[in-house]
Amino acid sequence: MLTTRRVDAYHALTVVAPGIAERFRPGHFVSVAVGGAQTSMLTRRSFSVHDVKPDYGGTVEFVFTVGGPGTAWLAERRARDTLDLVGPLGRPFPLPRDPVTCVLVGAEYGSAPLFTVADALQQRGCRVDFVLGAASSDRVFGALRARRMGETTTLTTEDGSLGMRGRVTDVLPGVIADVRADAVYACGPMETLRGVTAVAVEFDIPVQVAVEERMACGIGVCMTCVLPVIGDDGVTRMVRSCVEGPVFRGERVRFDDVGTIPFDALGAPGGGTRNVG
Amino acid sequence: MSVDMRTYLGHVELANPITTAAGCAASGSELAQFFDLGRIGALTTRSITMAPRAGRPTPRMAETPSGLLNAVGLQGPGVDAFLERELPWLAQRGVRTVVSVGGGTVAEYTALARRLTDAPGVTAVEVNLSCPNIEDRGRVFARDGAASAEVIASVRSVMRYDVPVVAKLSPDVVDIVSVARACVDGGADALSMINSPIGMSIDTEAMRPSLAAVTGGLSGPAIRPLAVRCVWQVHAALPSVPIIGMGGVLTGRDAFELILAGACVVAVGTALFHDPYACLRVLRELEELLAARGFHRLADAVGLAHRPPGTATRHRIDLEETAL
Repeated sequence: MLTTRRVDAYHALTVVAPGIAERFRPGHFVSVAVGGAQTSMLTRRSFSVHDVKPDYGGTVEFVFTVGGPGTAWLAERRARDTLDLVGPLGRPFPLPRDPVTCVLVGAEYGSAPLFTVADALQQRGCRVDFVLGAASSDRVFGALRARRMGETTTLTTEDGSLGMRGRVTDVLPGVIADVRADAVYACGPMETLRGVTAVAVEFDIPVQVAVEERMACGIGVCMTCVLPVIGDDGVTRMVRSCVEGPVFRGERVRFDDVGTIPFDALGAPGGGTRNVG
Repeated sequence: MSVDMRTYLGHVELANPITTAAGCAASGSELAQFFDLGRIGALTTRSITMAPRAGRPTPRMAETPSGLLNAVGLQGPGVDAFLERELPWLAQRGVRTVVSVGGGTVAEYTALARRLTDAPGVTAVEVNLSCPNIEDRGRVFARDGAASAEVIASVRSVMRYDVPVVAKLSPDVVDIVSVARACVDGGADALSMINSPIGMSIDTEAMRPSLAAVTGGLSGPAIRPLAVRCVWQVHAALPSVPIIGMGGVLTGRDAFELILAGACVVAVGTALFHDPYACLRVLRELEELLAARGFHRLADAVGLAHRPPGTATRHRIDLEETAL
């Protein structure tokens, strides 16, 4: 581990991890074991990668907020401590082939993974516009960097302490119309992603969302991070956000049914599961 | 000095005693990116059901002290997709595969066994008896020795003679020995224990159960003493029956503990969520531990803790060497 820093309400950890940095694509995440060697906390904590740099053979930075004993332990780590890190995990963001205009939407620290996306998009000649929001100004992550990178940056806070008062989904239709956006990339809480997807669908433009579902393993074996997603064949399946995601086409995710098993999902109870011959 | 780690599940020889616990290795390919699956004794699949199953709603998981509560609900692709994709994938790579099966009726277990009979690449069948019995108001089979024995006898009768049938027992019973004995009488070639005991946790912020399914199976080191007790009791009562021991194995020392209690195969489960490399690490640590204790063979340590107090550890003499 290299450095640890506070960014407003969040913590950012930079770790020397050349193997992860080398294979990283925007949208990948890493999982971290917390509590040390004799830990009583068995599940790994998953975080999207905020930044990857070539220093020291390759470093990886991720952002988190303290929400329990695991992240509290992580927040106490200092330079030169070692961390058990697995990555890069998940499916990255697909990038457009043509130089199009993309709006990147981030709520809370969900904006962390958007900057590597922005970087990759700009290398392809895409125009990038940011919409970032949170409950209050200290919870908006990366506003400065967004201002530097984005053609335009629109900020929202629910208490009005920074930018416009409201949520990202309130200003998103205006931004899409103003910049004539061709695609939307979003990351943040499920509720925000649902709203962003609804807006994008209304404008009939593609939307890629990175979901923040709670994961235990991050590698696809524990089966706890599932959500209902419609497949290419039109069939809804309970898919793992760690290996089939975390990036999905927004309109494929059944946001209204997250936390349930939709009755028409493949293998749903009552849907002819007992067809024993 | 290397230790002979070979072990037997019934008459089937495994190169070493480490396997994955049912439901902890998904389809197998997820773990293959971390280590060569051929290096563990066997891979145990998730419980395969006749039809695809979507499982339980989320949240499915809650972390507890040194443990994990889960209520996944046997999410899986169903036997057709399993036989079409997952099993051939494992068979092609030469991975020894213990197929776990789950059903709601004796007929469903039997039908699954019939489907597996002709499938290449099945090393053994593990019958997950902790499924609700639809014909008995949802009471799980494992709670009832007679119901368990009926399932085992039925699966045994249709399964190929050279594929061992393993009964997976639940610790949530009054007397695990009587259920174990019933299963062996029903034709089980081996026993595997323990399935996760049912637990519950309440989110004190939301003041609601942490899991959508309210209760879930508890796993991890929190249940290891329970596993050791069950393996001990069953091995004491049925010393000739091979036991696959599992429950909170994180290290080689934990595996050794179950072996001393009477297990000849040890499954690694929840540890895989914490450390994808856990299987090979546990195997290496176990081998080092056995070597440090002067064992030449893993088999010599199985059930060794049952010897009377004061008895020296007994090493079998290698006759071929002493004959010279």
